[in-house]
Amino acid sequence: MFFREAGQYADSYAKDRQLLPLRQDKLGMMVVLAIGFIATPIWASDYLLSAIVIPWLILALVSLGQNILMGYAGQLSLGSAGFMAVGAFACYNLILRVPGIPFIGAVILSGLIAAGIGILFGLPSLRIRGLYLAVATLASQFFIVWCLDKFGWFKNYDTSGIINSQAIVIFGQTMGTPVQKYLVVLVIVGVMTLMAANMAQGSIGRGWMAVRDMDVAAETMGLSLLRTKLMAFAISSFYCGVGGALFLFAYLQTVEPATFNIELSFRILFMVIIGGLGTILGPFLGSAFILLLPIFLNIMFHAIFGRAVDATITSAIETVIFGVLIIVFLIFEPLGLARLWQVTKERLRLWPFKY
Amino acid sequence: MTHHSIRNSVLRGLAALGLTLAVISPNVAVAQAQEQYFGIPSSRVGPYSAMGTGYYGGIIDYLNYVNMKFGGVNGVKLTWEECETEYNAARTVECYQRLLNKGSQKMVVFDTLGTPGAYAVINRMEPDNVVLAQYGYGRTDAADGTVWPWVFNAAGHYWGQVAVQLAFMAKQEGGIEKMKGKTVVHLHIDSAFGREPLPAMREITKQWGVRLIEIAVPPPGLEQQSQWLQIRREKADWVTFWGAGSGMNSTAITNAARVGFPRNRMVYVSFGGAEEDMVPAGDAAKGTYVTANAVPGQFPLIQDIKKVVYGAGKGNLQDAERIGSVYYNRGVGAAAMWVEALKNAQRIANKPGKTVNGPEFRDGYEALDITDAKLKEIGIQGMSGPFKMSCSKHDGSERFRVMQWNGKKFDLVTDWTGAPDPTFIRKLIEESALKFAGENKITPKKCS
Repeated sequence: MFFREAGQYADSYAKDRQLLPLRQDKLGMMVVLAIGFIATPIWASDYLLSAIVIPWLILALVSLGQNILMGYAGQLSLGSAGFMAVGAFACYNLILRVPGIPFIGAVILSGLIAAGIGILFGLPSLRIRGLYLAVATLASQFFIVWCLDKFGWFKNYDTSGIINSQAIVIFGQTMGTPVQKYLVVLVIVGVMTLMAANMAQGSIGRGWMAVRDMDVAAETMGLSLLRTKLMAFAISSFYCGVGGALFLFAYLQTVEPATFNIELSFRILFMVIIGGLGTILGPFLGSAFILLLPIFLNIMFHAIFGRAVDATITSAIETVIFGVLIIVFLIFEPLGLARLWQVTKERLRLWPFKY
Repeated sequence: MTHHSIRNSVLRGLAALGLTLAVISPNVAVAQAQEQYFGIPSSRVGPYSAMGTGYYGGIIDYLNYVNMKFGGVNGVKLTWEECETEYNAARTVECYQRLLNKGSQKMVVFDTLGTPGAYAVINRMEPDNVVLAQYGYGRTDAADGTVWPWVFNAAGHYWGQVAVQLAFMAKQEGGIEKMKGKTVVHLHIDSAFGREPLPAMREITKQWGVRLIEIAVPPPGLEQQSQWLQIRREKADWVTFWGAGSGMNSTAITNAARVGFPRNRMVYVSFGGAEEDMVPAGDAAKGTYVTANAVPGQFPLIQDIKKVVYGAGKGNLQDAERIGSVYYNRGVGAAAMWVEALKNAQRIANKPGKTVNGPEFRDGYEALDITDAKLKEIGIQGMSGPFKMSCSKHDGSERFRVMQWNGKKFDLVTDWTGAPDPTFIRKLIEESALKFAGENKITPKKCS
């Protein structure tokens, strides 16, 4: 009943190819945008913004990049944290060494630098596939972090090998408070999500999916594998690089290369798989699941048990529950959380009837 | 009276009542018992759990002890809230933000027990008015209070510690001149924590003519075979070991045993050398040296905590055997400094028996003057070194004790010893802090 498309006609091709063809979807998106741009900045506490929402948006952006490569183009890759490190250190060095560079310019440039390195490490994808490609891209993860560790120049010769982000300055305005940082992140993530949704629906995305489903067939139909695969690597790394820059500037503010370790790469991979491969919504749901569920469990356990139960035991139980939930979700919905939303929408369309 | 106006007058009455309550309520709050709130970012799961449970267990036990034995600090009850960080920098930031405000109270001090976590929150201290109490870890150049007014290091830093280790080696060899031509390997976990002592170490070894070899172990550090083969190939005379987590620390010992490197030529960092790190390696651990900023043992305070807190069944440790172990005692020492700082803060701000805020607590921590008599009064004389903070000097006791594992427990080998050339370490600290201040456009505070 809620998602009935009856009476909504597309009378031009442009209308037919809209991102959100249904009136209900448009309304829903407006509500989401209103919550994001108006309600959250007004009512969310500093804790909520700087510890929950900002990292969630940034990791969603990175998993979106990973999803472009893995979900859309079908190239199993494991190096996303490495490309985040490239973005973070590039942005730090650009602002440090290029006088007068605007923040947004530095972020875009660091995304492009990450994209360049992504292309380099994407080259093996032309020869190897599947799990073997994952192993090959693993090299990028270790090489990048090693490289940043080894050469002091990247860290401006800091004695402890860490970097501190500079202030975010946009049009002379310093973005220092959690709300300001949140808005910067929200705008960048919003624009890039829109771009990703457009790419996924347009010819680029269709090319990726053709390569994913069967690359020989795609090549027969005139798609250049070299271009399509490398473009997927470049765009995916661009997203990771921008995410990494935001991770440093808008979230942690102090990082060492080891922050971007293999564990983070795996977490991003899990976000994509649990969220839903080959969807735009999936990375947002998946990163919320992986990032926020442990925090939620920790808060809940402290609230329920307080000091009645040994904190060591509750901490261990939280980890166990988190693991069990991952398994349960993958058994009941192997296509990810985004699929759950899809199913809900279909149910709402028929409600209150069963079929 | 119409229906409408009745409703109006009822509403007006309610509004008046609400207003009265709003006016009264601050007075109600004052009448309540005063409390001082602490945020505790514990790490109880994962590879570093032995460290986290012991250290934060010690902190919580001491806070409980002060409440139970003395009824708080001048009547101010100590309260706390715990949050699990899993020793992860991002989770530490989340915990910091979560713990920062609790009801009307604000956190005054934060202790991450770990360099990665300390680095992740260090820039938030000044704007939020929270003291970062690094107890023997963390950013070394924060010992310069002119650049880092909100960061303290009450139990010595890694530069001082590595200087003490090198001096210990020199003593074993028979003097600094005998160190010339010797090879020292710094085997460390590949993180900011592992690299932290290097700036001081490079300078000192250069001065002494010692060949320094830096070998990194990628986290989590359970695979060290090639590194130990390299150590043997280089014919190292000494190894300084900066490891994290009992897994990595005991693995180093078993690998050293395998390549035949003598354990009494290995000096462990304070954060890698505890009972939990030695026991898993079995007999192979015998002879390993550790520098300690808080030594294990049943000091009078520790015994009293056992009696008062554990006697009442309120103890935080699951295994009471661990009372008096390295990590536990260090936690007690850290919490004792919080409480001493709180006493100072109440005195300086002239608020005896009242809750203090961040800036007042900071002044109290800076006023710490921990003499031997004071340590005796607390009941931990000999457990940690005496020290005095000042506006510019934010490092506490720069002295360490070397202990040696005898297969069952640690034997204390030396008394409290400081770096052979403390002015040199201080110079390095000030240079590094000044460089940081320059990069981040901080004007160092005037101290005089």
